Amino acid sequence: MSALLEVEDLRVTFPTPTGPFEAVRGVSFSLGRERLGIVGESGSGKSLTGRAVIGLLPPNARLSARRLAFDGVDLLGADARMLRRLRGRRMSLVLQDPKYSLNPVLRIGEQIAEAVRLHRGGSAREARRRALGMLEAVRIRDPERAMRLYPHEVSGGMGQRIMIAMMLAPEPDLLIADEPTSALDVTVQMQVLAILDNLVAKRGMGLIFISHDLDLVASFCDRVLVMYGGRVMEECRARELASARHPYTRGLLDSLPRIDRPRELLPTLSRDPAWLDPA
Amino acid sequence: MIRVEDLEVTFGAGRDAVRAVRGVSFAVAPGESFGLVGESGSGKSTVLRVLAGLNTRYRGVAEIGGIAAGRGDRRLPRLVQMVFQDPYGSLHPRHTVDRALSEPLEIHGIGDANARVARALEEVGLGPAFRFRYPNQLSGGQRQRVAIARALMLEPKVLLLDEPTSALDVSVQAEILNLLKRLRASHRLTILLVSHNLAVIAHMCDRLAVMNRGAIVEEMDSEALRRAAPREPYTRQLLLASRGYDRAVAAGLVTYD
Amino acid sequence: MRGWRARLLSDTPASRRDAALGRLYRGWLAFRQNRLALLGLAIVLLLVAVAAFAPWIATHDPYEQNLPQRLLPPGSAGHWLGTDEFGRDIFSRIVYGARITLLIVVLVAAIAAPIGLVVGTAAGYLGGWVDSALMRITDVFLAFPSLILALAFVAALGPGIENAIIAIALTSWPPYARLARAETLTIRGSDYIAAARMQGAGTLRILLRHVMPLCVASVIVRVTLDMAGIILTAAGLGFLGLGAQPPAAEWGAMISAGRRYVLDQWWVATFPGIAIILVSLAFNLLGDGVRDVMDPRKR
Repeated sequence: MSALLEVEDLRVTFPTPTGPFEAVRGVSFSLGRERLGIVGESGSGKSLTGRAVIGLLPPNARLSARRLAFDGVDLLGADARMLRRLRGRRMSLVLQDPKYSLNPVLRIGEQIAEAVRLHRGGSAREARRRALGMLEAVRIRDPERAMRLYPHEVSGGMGQRIMIAMMLAPEPDLLIADEPTSALDVTVQMQVLAILDNLVAKRGMGLIFISHDLDLVASFCDRVLVMYGGRVMEECRARELASARHPYTRGLLDSLPRIDRPRELLPTLSRDPAWLDPA
Repeated sequence: MIRVEDLEVTFGAGRDAVRAVRGVSFAVAPGESFGLVGESGSGKSTVLRVLAGLNTRYRGVAEIGGIAAGRGDRRLPRLVQMVFQDPYGSLHPRHTVDRALSEPLEIHGIGDANARVARALEEVGLGPAFRFRYPNQLSGGQRQRVAIARALMLEPKVLLLDEPTSALDVSVQAEILNLLKRLRASHRLTILLVSHNLAVIAHMCDRLAVMNRGAIVEEMDSEALRRAAPREPYTRQLLLASRGYDRAVAAGLVTYD
Repeated sequence: MRGWRARLLSDTPASRRDAALGRLYRGWLAFRQNRLALLGLAIVLLLVAVAAFAPWIATHDPYEQNLPQRLLPPGSAGHWLGTDEFGRDIFSRIVYGARITLLIVVLVAAIAAPIGLVVGTAAGYLGGWVDSALMRITDVFLAFPSLILALAFVAALGPGIENAIIAIALTSWPPYARLARAETLTIRGSDYIAAARMQGAGTLRILLRHVMPLCVASVIVRVTLDMAGIILTAAGLGFLGLGAQPPAAEWGAMISAGRRYVLDQWWVATFPGIAIILVSLAFNLLGDGVRDVMDPRKR
């Protein structure tokens, strides 16, 4: 089976008054129908990597790559219409804060139905039925009621589930989730992750899960990329993250307080400039 | 040092009234470090704001060193200070580090400001180079260090910490937690730490209370948490959920009222 | 040359003054990017220079009448911009008019901005009945178009340049109060204000040292953008004979006087009009540039 997504030597550069700044420096990975985690601290380039794949970089960013292909289609060479059809219908992005992604003056039902019709076509009744189905799929207790609410009337956890429902309405093959659960309580976070987990298992969707939370990624994903300073430090199976070898990954894991391992002081991370040297 | 008894806080009035804190009681001895843990809406931050004097509409007892909080007692600023969650919102954007640190001294007519500010910066691991910077010239971790230095300028006995590291990267979190532990020892501080992160609470505190929906579910010492021996099902669920994703745990989640 | 630049742009300023100057310098560097704003600044500086050195720039006494030479067209010997109905040199009168215009602008800004700032921040920070009382007063002032209200004030106080200034100042503070109040409401709930309160800072200290410095930026921007309106209102009052009184060389009054000859001797009314447009435009361009640099939302 060929990979769903192939990324080779991806670079994202921003112009600054002191010369171009490379925020993502040569990232390569491939994704099948699996859960790939990208972890790193702020400034590691993990979010930009996700946004580069779906084509939602800030306007002043410059993107280059040796290869960037989705299901065999070269995203770098594709024309604008092709790209628009791919994004939305076959790729979706879920962000940390649903408030920025939901239209505040439209009822939730209308928004999801519109997303469905935009990508699938069909009648308004059909779209509405599908929208209801989506809300049920993300375990919203009273979907009929939720359809009638405005975005400001729902809680953070519910908003995030609605956001996921909307992004999943077109039944994408690839979902990029950027810190989708960081603003949520741990129990709600678990529920949201369970929904994503089911979708990957049932529909064979590919998932890129971007997070700063090592433990969460280790327990949820199949494979993990650890990023630092715009580079991939290490790639490993998620279950083996605890025994990672790279000093950066080790340092991050060590600096976490652990309930079952009391320590007087936490070891702090000392960064080695050599990590950023081109391999 | 801290005494809270039958604390009640209600937001709004009439039908829309929300009982944010419902009959909370606990006590923290001098020099002790106490944690309040809970999910959003559990009322943990509201309790902290009452003790900080930032929420004056409460019923019941909320005392620090025998002085009622939020009743305008002029001795409180030199007794209790607070470090806020968001390092980007807790420093005045147009005040230099120097000004932020010398203002409390100015208010209370404490002399020797120059040396005190220099010493405070030294203590939180920021050199003199940072003294005349504006907040936008500092990283999140550096801002939080400045906020900690500011809280200690008046040499308080009690330090209230509201999720002091939840907005920071994990490697920076480790540095800040270490700094707080060191300062706690050298200043003999009594600490009340509010967090949603059980591991941070277990690392920093001697004892803790778990809150849900405005009330304390259970109180225990960190040793019991480490042995994974909480009595209440709510706490057990919280502990399980904080260990990372598990399909079986996710399926078995229950909502506790 | 290099020394002071490095010092201003240093990430580690050595004193509070260096830090503040460095901040100003960075602001100037950002401002410099905006060509149109620089043009506006240049015109405003030119206005200031003209006002300051009027006696040396003017070619004639602006009040000296010379009836045999009345209504000379532009380009006449010794009168670049011609003469008015009393034979006074229009160029010299515009040069002296710059003084009056500048005086009005500066005094109105100096009176209205602080009133608005104090009322707005106090209402926003204190809330409760203080807020209601202050804001209802503000609403009363806002309910009238400013020129009409200024007219009423001048009618009550009597015509004249001082009364015109007072009238304009009294009618132009409410928008600043609204602006400062809105800004204060967002500042009031912030953690740095909570921290200041916990340190025992009194209400006055918080207002003066924490809230106001943050509101000043947007008020300054708004005042700069309003300058054009102030100049036009002053000119309007002058035009209606309620502002500067003859023979004072005020641009609005000059247009009013030239109105009678506008079909045959167009220059009498046109040149002061161009001066008003130019200066109003310059203040608007300057205000745009200042907003780009100072607007807190852009930081």
